[in-house]
Amino acid sequence: MLYAILCYHDEATVCAWSKDHDDAVMEKLAVVQEKLTKQGRLGPVARLLPTTAATTLRKEGDPPLVLDGPFAETKEQLLGFYIIDAKDLDDALAVARDLGEANPGGSYEIRPVGVFRPGNVAP
Amino acid sequence: MSDIASDLAWIDAALTSSRPQALGALLRYFRDLDLAEEAYQNACLRALRSWPQNGPPRDPTAWLIMVGRNSGIDDARRRNRLRELPSEDAISDTGDAEGEIAERLDGSHYRDDILRLLFICCHPQLPATQQIALALRIVSGLTVKQIARAFLVTEAAMEQRITRAKAAVARADVPFEAPGAVERGERLAAVAAMVYLVFNEGYSASGDTIEERAPLCDEAIRLARLLLRLFPAEPEIMGLLSLLLSQHARSAARYDAGGGIVLLDDQDRGRWNGPMIAEGMALIDKAMRHRRSGPYQVQAAIAALHSGAASPDQTDWTQIELLYRTLEMLQPSPVVTLNRAVAVSKVEGPQAALDLIAPLAKRLAGYFNYHGVRGALLLRLGRAGEARCAFDQAIALAGTTAEAAHIRMHIDRLTAVDGGDSSRHPSNAPSTPE
Repeated sequence: MLYAILCYHDEATVCAWSKDHDDAVMEKLAVVQEKLTKQGRLGPVARLLPTTAATTLRKEGDPPLVLDGPFAETKEQLLGFYIIDAKDLDDALAVARDLGEANPGGSYEIRPVGVFRPGNVAP
Repeated sequence: MSDIASDLAWIDAALTSSRPQALGALLRYFRDLDLAEEAYQNACLRALRSWPQNGPPRDPTAWLIMVGRNSGIDDARRRNRLRELPSEDAISDTGDAEGEIAERLDGSHYRDDILRLLFICCHPQLPATQQIALALRIVSGLTVKQIARAFLVTEAAMEQRITRAKAAVARADVPFEAPGAVERGERLAAVAAMVYLVFNEGYSASGDTIEERAPLCDEAIRLARLLLRLFPAEPEIMGLLSLLLSQHARSAARYDAGGGIVLLDDQDRGRWNGPMIAEGMALIDKAMRHRRSGPYQVQAAIAALHSGAASPDQTDWTQIELLYRTLEMLQPSPVVTLNRAVAVSKVEGPQAALDLIAPLAKRLAGYFNYHGVRGALLLRLGRAGEARCAFDQAIALAGTTAEAAHIRMHIDRLTAVDGGDSSRHPSNAPSTPE
């Protein structure tokens, strides 16, 4: 079963990381991702730019309303996501714990994937 | 044990980066700028004594706020002769209280604290130049000398400006309630200008001081992000953040291993920061949808055209020249015209650029980049003697060793080809004075 691991953290904190710290975290995460890749369990991975770069399209209006900023003002923001293949929730949680050990702080939302299309964009 | 120099460097960086937040919180406690500054200074002095011995606290900002607050309260008590000062140890050993305070420093709180601090510096009774100078001094903690340099005025003039500004703020009522939306918007322009100048202070650092000054760029970007989170639909703040990101994205490529300046055309574009460039472009893209142009957006668009070019010869100089023309209308300044002249030299050649900057001679007589650009243009026209003269003037005005070294390189080339045709050196083409 595919799971999305949605990464939430206070982006002000993450933005205040020094480049060295950021590099070190990315390096540790790369080790976990490498392991998953070897097992053939890693789908698309994305790190999103800060919510200040976000735009929201409110679809209930006609025409839909374009708003600056993220969909919701929250203390912790959606900063990225992984798609992984896991046997069950325990297995997905184990992966999330591995990722969390490499990058402490914030929360992961583990969410089973309904429809998945890998798409065809080149990185 | 770490050596003293690295201790001091770490402490200095911690104090610099903690300053807006800590001072903002202390201002919230004391509701008086002088008291808050005094308390913050005391906290810094205690940090300098305590941190090298006891090691860095878990949260330096929380430590400074708590120690500053205690010190301020103690000062007030001492003045009232109610109680004696507690011992140094009692204050330095903050223990769990520090963690408690750190927890209370939630995002919205410190944002409001910083914003209040910024807005107080931007009091409407102060002329814009004083607001910006005061904010640089109080919020960013820059020295008078550094601020004077960013403003192209003498240290004495700046000292006077800041003293006057402080006196005016002290006389004025300090607004502790958050300002209304309209009032905020009016002050935002002055705050944005201050953030941009803070960035420039870091950005104009030379190779040998980049370590110390570069955090100013990060601080300015953090402040700009903070402003944008508070004003998420303000295109000029998007433009400001975009501009800072596009410029900062190039920082790793701007100096060679020896600390020498590497001009835009010669920079290794592989060393530019991709995500930062992408974020800068996303922001200017967003901003332009609002169709409310402004100086930051125009400058951000110029910076994005530079950072989006895969190679120097793919730079859209025609578009850049047009954008500088727009900027001249929005924000007329001889420095903007000088920058446009560089674009003109790429599109129409050196003579057209030289004609454009000729009327600026008097106003930019004390500006390093004016003489540097003029020298490079003269060189391209084969007027070696005049070029040397311009370069000599530039060196006399160079603010950093890297700037001086860069111009000296031009003179060395001139010397090497003395009597020859110096216009054969295409690498002497002027580059954007950054």
